[in-house]
Amino acid sequence: MALLGHTLLLLALAITLYGIGASVYGARARRRDWVDSGRRAVYALAGVTMTAFVLVEIAFQRNDFAFNIVTQTSSTTLSTFYKLTAPWSSQAGSLLLWVMLLSFWSSLVLFLTRRRLREIAPYATAVLMGFAAFFDSLACFAANPFATSSPAPTQGAGLDPLLQHPTMMFHPPMLYSGYTLMAIPFAFAIGALISGRLGSDWIRDTRRFALAAWLFLGTGIVLGALWSYTELGWGGYWGWDAVENAALMPFLCITAFIHSIQIQEKRGMLKVWNVSLILLSGTLAIFGTFLVRSGVLDSIHAFGASTLGVPFVCLLGVMILGSIGLVLYRRPALRAENRIDSLVSREAVFLFQNLVLVAMVFVIFWVTMFPLISEAVTGTKVSVGPPAFTPFVVPLALVLVALAGIGPIISWRRVTAANLRRNFTFPVASAAVVLILVLALAHASSKPLAIAMWTLGSFVIATVLQEFYRGTSARRAMTKDAWPVALGGLVRRNRRRHGGYLVHLGISVLLIGVAASSSFQHSHDVVLKPGQSTTVDGYRFAYVRPTEAALAAKISFGAVLRVTKGRSYVTTLHTTRGYYPSTDNSTGVIGRFFAGAADSTVGLDAGLTRNLWAVTSVNPTPLSGYINQGDKYFADYLTAIMPKLSKLPHAEQNLVLDRYYAYRDEAVAGIARRFLTHTWPVEFLIIVAPLVTWIWGGALVVVIGGLIALWPVPVLARWRSAAVYRARLARELA
Amino acid sequence: MTYVIVLLVLFIVVFVITAPLRRGTDDAPGSDSGGVPDPSPELLELEAARDAKYREIRDAELDHQTGKLSDEDYQAVDSTLRAEAIEILRRLDSLTGRRS
Repeated sequence: MALLGHTLLLLALAITLYGIGASVYGARARRRDWVDSGRRAVYALAGVTMTAFVLVEIAFQRNDFAFNIVTQTSSTTLSTFYKLTAPWSSQAGSLLLWVMLLSFWSSLVLFLTRRRLREIAPYATAVLMGFAAFFDSLACFAANPFATSSPAPTQGAGLDPLLQHPTMMFHPPMLYSGYTLMAIPFAFAIGALISGRLGSDWIRDTRRFALAAWLFLGTGIVLGALWSYTELGWGGYWGWDAVENAALMPFLCITAFIHSIQIQEKRGMLKVWNVSLILLSGTLAIFGTFLVRSGVLDSIHAFGASTLGVPFVCLLGVMILGSIGLVLYRRPALRAENRIDSLVSREAVFLFQNLVLVAMVFVIFWVTMFPLISEAVTGTKVSVGPPAFTPFVVPLALVLVALAGIGPIISWRRVTAANLRRNFTFPVASAAVVLILVLALAHASSKPLAIAMWTLGSFVIATVLQEFYRGTSARRAMTKDAWPVALGGLVRRNRRRHGGYLVHLGISVLLIGVAASSSFQHSHDVVLKPGQSTTVDGYRFAYVRPTEAALAAKISFGAVLRVTKGRSYVTTLHTTRGYYPSTDNSTGVIGRFFAGAADSTVGLDAGLTRNLWAVTSVNPTPLSGYINQGDKYFADYLTAIMPKLSKLPHAEQNLVLDRYYAYRDEAVAGIARRFLTHTWPVEFLIIVAPLVTWIWGGALVVVIGGLIALWPVPVLARWRSAAVYRARLARELA
Repeated sequence: MTYVIVLLVLFIVVFVITAPLRRGTDDAPGSDSGGVPDPSPELLELEAARDAKYREIRDAELDHQTGKLSDEDYQAVDSTLRAEAIEILRRLDSLTGRRS
């Protein structure tokens, strides 16, 4: 199977090279048959890479430890669910996933545009195949998912416990889908620049893929934040980690593009800006992949130092220089057809919003790369954390939220003072009420940035509600429908607009949650014995009893905490610290069960207004004496029985060994049980934070809004709409 | 067995990829288009511009209904947009009329 898999990767590489050649030749020689052949090469690439990926999955499910990738990231005790996700926890598997997703999305877009963009598509195909060739080469020669070892081990190292979390099933595929979908607008932009076909049709066809990239990437980012909050044991959801930032930057860039493209569609403006945004987004997507693969920056996500950095730098260099060169070459054809009529117009707001988003990208890039820059200049790698980002990003985020509220309630091209008054009254009044309430009830005067975010977030929410209300009222006036039917009709008639409104609403709710939870959380590090308690933000956390569970795959030490407020019972939290067996036998027969990777299970009570979060870090050091005794006893026992064992028949050998392992497991369980019978003080991190749930709820609203905006209009509805407007214009046309 | 599978996959890949080369000439309609002539780039661009203009008219209509545009502003904007749309439709008609 390894030979078959590696052959498929080499075949995929040959297909990519053919696809590049056929597409470029077909475009230059105006040979449709060669162009079609190049497109079919993309379909074939999708089939071959999917087959290769299925082979990897089969190897995992069969516990085929001849494969290095299976040995490194799986084990016989891993559940089927996590065996499915384990392939992309490794460098080699994730590279294969990247190629597979790229070929899948490329196939889809080229199929959908097979009758259009005749002059652009071949060059876009060549660019996409170029990306595929790059990543497939890495998979073939630098990080081969089909590399094997002989003799094959009988057991694997297992999956990193931190990755054994449901969100990890979806986080990497979502992120990679976002990255690979960003390659599509990039490729079509390059195709448009090379061919000189810079009209609006290619933008229209690829805009949907840019929106899909935005949606997948955003979902991946939120899933990562959720994983961080519920799994990593530090109580936070965003740490400005280098790889987090690497996903955020293209997300912000493509957000800018999704807005500014509307200006180009309506007014023929910002052509250079839009094509530059697409090229920058695609480059940042590759840059994000580079940060994860190369390990140049310290990150919990990075695969560690690798040899992949140099090829990625070369690819990025080609993308950046090529993009700049093409934009400069085609600059005359990208002249704007109109100018902005007024600084108080939706166009102006979108433009300002774009500038803010790009400024955020610049700030995040600069601070993220500062450790590398400082190392290059001074020889010392300076580490940066959240305090380096927040002074710049938070004010920009506030401006962004304000613009998210202003944009929907002013019109294109022109605005009058009377209209401004009419449209701003309710949102401004709502924001003012929230501000007063917050100052009066939340004692928030010491947190001006949080207050500002809540105020502006409320402004946006009120704006969106006003838009939906007025739009539905207007529709009801025409159709006499009931409110729900009129609302549905309103959204169906303009999915982009109203999907976008929902996204604005969701982002505001999310940022209100971020502001509240980061500014008003109370956290406490404490050491407790059973029966002792501590108070955090008015909640009393009492350590009721220790817990323990010893399984072959994991030993867990935990604690039950009873939470009360005043005299009222609130909830019971159970938090554990789990230890996985180490594969390093030098840590001892018994000791290795307490010396492997560790993870935390968070005790969490999530509510609409506040979260109670607790984690324990039980240290098994007090058990060292018993562990050492056990190691010596079992080592001596094994030494004593080995000479006799080799003389026994095979079946009896297995019986003896089975008894030995059962005896050993009993000893491990007995030692672990001492945590219950002879317990010791353990350390807890306890956090009470408000409105954390608003972050996830807001993200869900964003996803729904994105799906609505992305949903294709049924063909019949599109024809009907076109017919309505054609009829309206028929008189003038005559 | 592995070699058989590899050869089979190779055969399928070559068959799929070379199908257009075995079928058509450079002037024939795209082999993946079902033999139907592809629309010209100018036509596609005008259709995209037309759809965008319809969206603008609809947006202006909704802006007026929701109070973002006064009656006078709406009439001015709507007239401009409809004139632009008419120009696009005329160019589309002349293009499709020439083709037929």
